[in-house]
Amino acid sequence: MNKVAIIDYGMGNLHSVAKAVEHVARESGQTVEVTVSADPAKIAEADRVIFPGVGAIRDCMAEIRRLDVGQMVENAMKSKPVLAICVGMQALMEHSEENGGVECLGFLKGQVKYFGSDLTDAAGQRLKVPHMGWNQVRQQTGHPLWQGIPDNSRFYFVHSYYVDDVDADKVTGVSEYGQQFVATLAADNIFATQFHPEKSQVVGLTLLGNFLAWDGSR
Amino acid sequence: MGLAKRIIPCLDCDKGRVVKGVQFVDIRDAGDPVEVSKRYCDAGADEITFLDITASHEARDTTVDTVSAIAGQVFIPLTVGGGIRSLDDIRTMLNAGADKVAINTAAVTNPEFVRQAAERFGSQCIVVAVDAKRVNAEGEAPRWEIFTHGGRKPTGLDAIDWVKRMVDYGAGEILLTSMDRDGTKQGFDLELNRAVSRAVQVPIIASGGVGNLEHLAEGVLQGEADAVLAASIFHFQEYTIPEAKAYMADKGIEVRQMPASKD
Repeated sequence: MNKVAIIDYGMGNLHSVAKAVEHVARESGQTVEVTVSADPAKIAEADRVIFPGVGAIRDCMAEIRRLDVGQMVENAMKSKPVLAICVGMQALMEHSEENGGVECLGFLKGQVKYFGSDLTDAAGQRLKVPHMGWNQVRQQTGHPLWQGIPDNSRFYFVHSYYVDDVDADKVTGVSEYGQQFVATLAADNIFATQFHPEKSQVVGLTLLGNFLAWDGSR
Repeated sequence: MGLAKRIIPCLDCDKGRVVKGVQFVDIRDAGDPVEVSKRYCDAGADEITFLDITASHEARDTTVDTVSAIAGQVFIPLTVGGGIRSLDDIRTMLNAGADKVAINTAAVTNPEFVRQAAERFGSQCIVVAVDAKRVNAEGEAPRWEIFTHGGRKPTGLDAIDWVKRMVDYGAGEILLTSMDRDGTKQGFDLELNRAVSRAVQVPIIASGGVGNLEHLAEGVLQGEADAVLAASIFHFQEYTIPEAKAYMADKGIEVRQMPASKD
């Protein structure tokens, strides 16, 4: 039995993530138990942990601190595969510019920055913010979570802030939106995506399936 | 390399069936929403929009069940609209598996609702749907007004001002329907689209009037839309989503092509 815990700290829609993981398990004939919870005991007994997040970072961090989610993530990072998604990825960084500046968990080196209101593409066309929709991800390194996913595949993004100033050797995927930005990171047994694998159809489900099979090594 | 323009099939649903009204009157049945959603997703739709046009209280439970069934099968973003009037309505739809909700009439009745919704759930899941109708006299500069109740009720609100205000309040995306064009198959109101797209920073979904593939491409190239929404051309198999993408790609528009099938 593969136990997957999705950390629920009250921010946004975790049902999409749970449904996608259950679907992947069913399609591949695996028995997977998906728990959506903020109970430290449930997170501790899981074989792998998903740390999602949507919405504003200030509210996310307030709930993360109130429920001591940081401790759960830190414990999980020491012992089992962890997948951080979108604001979950941003929360792992040191600091975010959003909401006038918010201290984050600081588990990984990095700053969360705003795309800016005067973003343009290479041809000088104005780019909308949030960055919303399907963009290509260029894989920077091999990784078990990239298995079976063609380079430059499109994933679904929705965000106005991106992570920057990270350790270059931890960047596993990049995208372009007015500038190059970090789409995915990997460090030890954590993999973090700015995009939403649960909303990225075939390639996203493949990534989730790879996560279910991943032992946390590179 | 860059962000793709999105193609969004829209399912107008009445009592659990997909329907499509021409100018909201002549309603034709177009199938089971779960099957239809799955078919579009497999064909490469970039998102699904589900609009509940019954929106009577008795029908709400059916809608929640339908949304939940779609979300269990379709792993692309799902927007749900129709009768979203309270924070509880939003929570119910998100819990059922929607990724975004579209707020229309309730935004006009109580604009603060949009602000509260964005603060509570995040702008990324708040789409404000606006129905705009051209109201300038011939020879005057173009001007559009917001209408509610399926285009029957004028509000006195200028469309451009309204959209700017909604974005200030936290709308993360605008679903813009031309009431003059909806159901006519004459193409989007490109002038309206361009004016709205230039007025705000968030993405615009063009809606209302698609009758052929050229209209979709025009919506992006001349209407400056970030996404194009259509219903009947897909529901009645006049065109497929792969055909639409191939056509747009041929016009130089960046679109998401489906990965090669593993079967």
